[in-house]
Amino acid sequence: MQHPQTDYPEVTFHHAPQDAGDFKKKVRNTTILLSVITVIELAIGLTIYTIHKGADPSTTLVLMFKGMVCILSFAKAYYIVSVFMHLGEEIRNMIMTIVVPLMLFIWFIMAFMWDGHSYKTLRNKYDTHFKETTTKEHKPHLETAPAAH
Amino acid sequence: MATTGAVTQTKWWNGGRSPFNVEYGKLMMWYFLMSDAFTFGAFLISYGTIRMSQNFWPDPNAVFNAFPGAGHANLPLAFVSLMTFILIISSVTMVLAVHAGHHNDKKGVVKWLVWTIVGGFAFLSCQAWEWWHLLTGEHATLVNGHIEMLAQTTTGNPWGSLADPAAVKEALQFSSHDTLMKLVAEQNHTMTNAQIAALPQDQLLGMIKTSELHIREAGPVAFGGFFYGITGFHGFHVFSGVIINIVMLVMAQKDVFAKRGHYLMIEKAGLYWHFVDLVWVFVFLCFYLI
Repeated sequence: MQHPQTDYPEVTFHHAPQDAGDFKKKVRNTTILLSVITVIELAIGLTIYTIHKGADPSTTLVLMFKGMVCILSFAKAYYIVSVFMHLGEEIRNMIMTIVVPLMLFIWFIMAFMWDGHSYKTLRNKYDTHFKETTTKEHKPHLETAPAAH
Repeated sequence: MATTGAVTQTKWWNGGRSPFNVEYGKLMMWYFLMSDAFTFGAFLISYGTIRMSQNFWPDPNAVFNAFPGAGHANLPLAFVSLMTFILIISSVTMVLAVHAGHHNDKKGVVKWLVWTIVGGFAFLSCQAWEWWHLLTGEHATLVNGHIEMLAQTTTGNPWGSLADPAAVKEALQFSSHDTLMKLVAEQNHTMTNAQIAALPQDQLLGMIKTSELHIREAGPVAFGGFFYGITGFHGFHVFSGVIINIVMLVMAQKDVFAKRGHYLMIEKAGLYWHFVDLVWVFVFLCFYLI
């Protein structure tokens, strides 16, 4: 089989041409994998829904399921990038110029989740109105119902 | 150094060969996508920050539970899974278009691009329906001691925690005629709207079966802004991706790539399209699953 794209002078070597059967198999397997992961995610989503509907939802259990969905989403992202976008087949140095800057997300996510959480803690401590109006346990009493308009 | 005509045409990569063994445009597409990932990441992280700062956040299964044509049936996650599968399948057809391009197979490129474009339009239609449904669907909500009809907009959120039945009963006294009319109309299907509208306030109050009302308090206002902002930004990417794919289709059809000798442009459009799918994985995660 001839190299398909020889007209591009900058590219000095080409990836070994993929066998048509191999390619089909890879695409099919990845499609099935992505679909299966999505179905599992949906199942977990519905599980969280039923836990929420229950009498006494367990926060730890919900958090655990949410963590699982996050991990599954990262798995999906990995397969899309490495197989569909063929990043896995590029030169290692090029992969690194993409992946290394993305490491910033590790700090980005942690720092800002922390920030949001700290804001909530501070408000609950100092802003009683916020706490009373947004938590179930501290509902204002009915006799203090606001005036009509 | 420059011994062939082709090399003199390529001015940007002056050494005559690419250090990363990819053409310039493809590398730059990757860097653009990386920067776009940060844009989306920043949006989603700001949403996460605000969500973390709240004591209450709406349950996505309560918000997104409708399906076109299914009326008021409670179908959590159903419609969004359809949207997710549409996007996955259109990503697969794009892979096949790029692959056909590698083999200079014009027919294949055209065929798979058409399917990708169809998938893109299907996704956009789904999103349009979802937005329309959320923006126009009004829900009786307990706001400041009275009942109000709220839709999911950027200024109102009807998905707070379930209101105390006693508080709802009290709040009905202070609600407008219009709201009471709508509540009665939801429960009473024998009277026309005009007949209900003619009834006085007291009679309307008497007709509402409070035990059948599932009224929520107003939820965090930020929900709407983040939801429409981020899914809108993603939808805009899908839309521009569809436009790019249409341009690719026309160019392939007119033999522009065949004359050029390669279909590398399809590969760059493909990268963009896959990125749109990639972002959806995280939008789906952040808004619908967790």
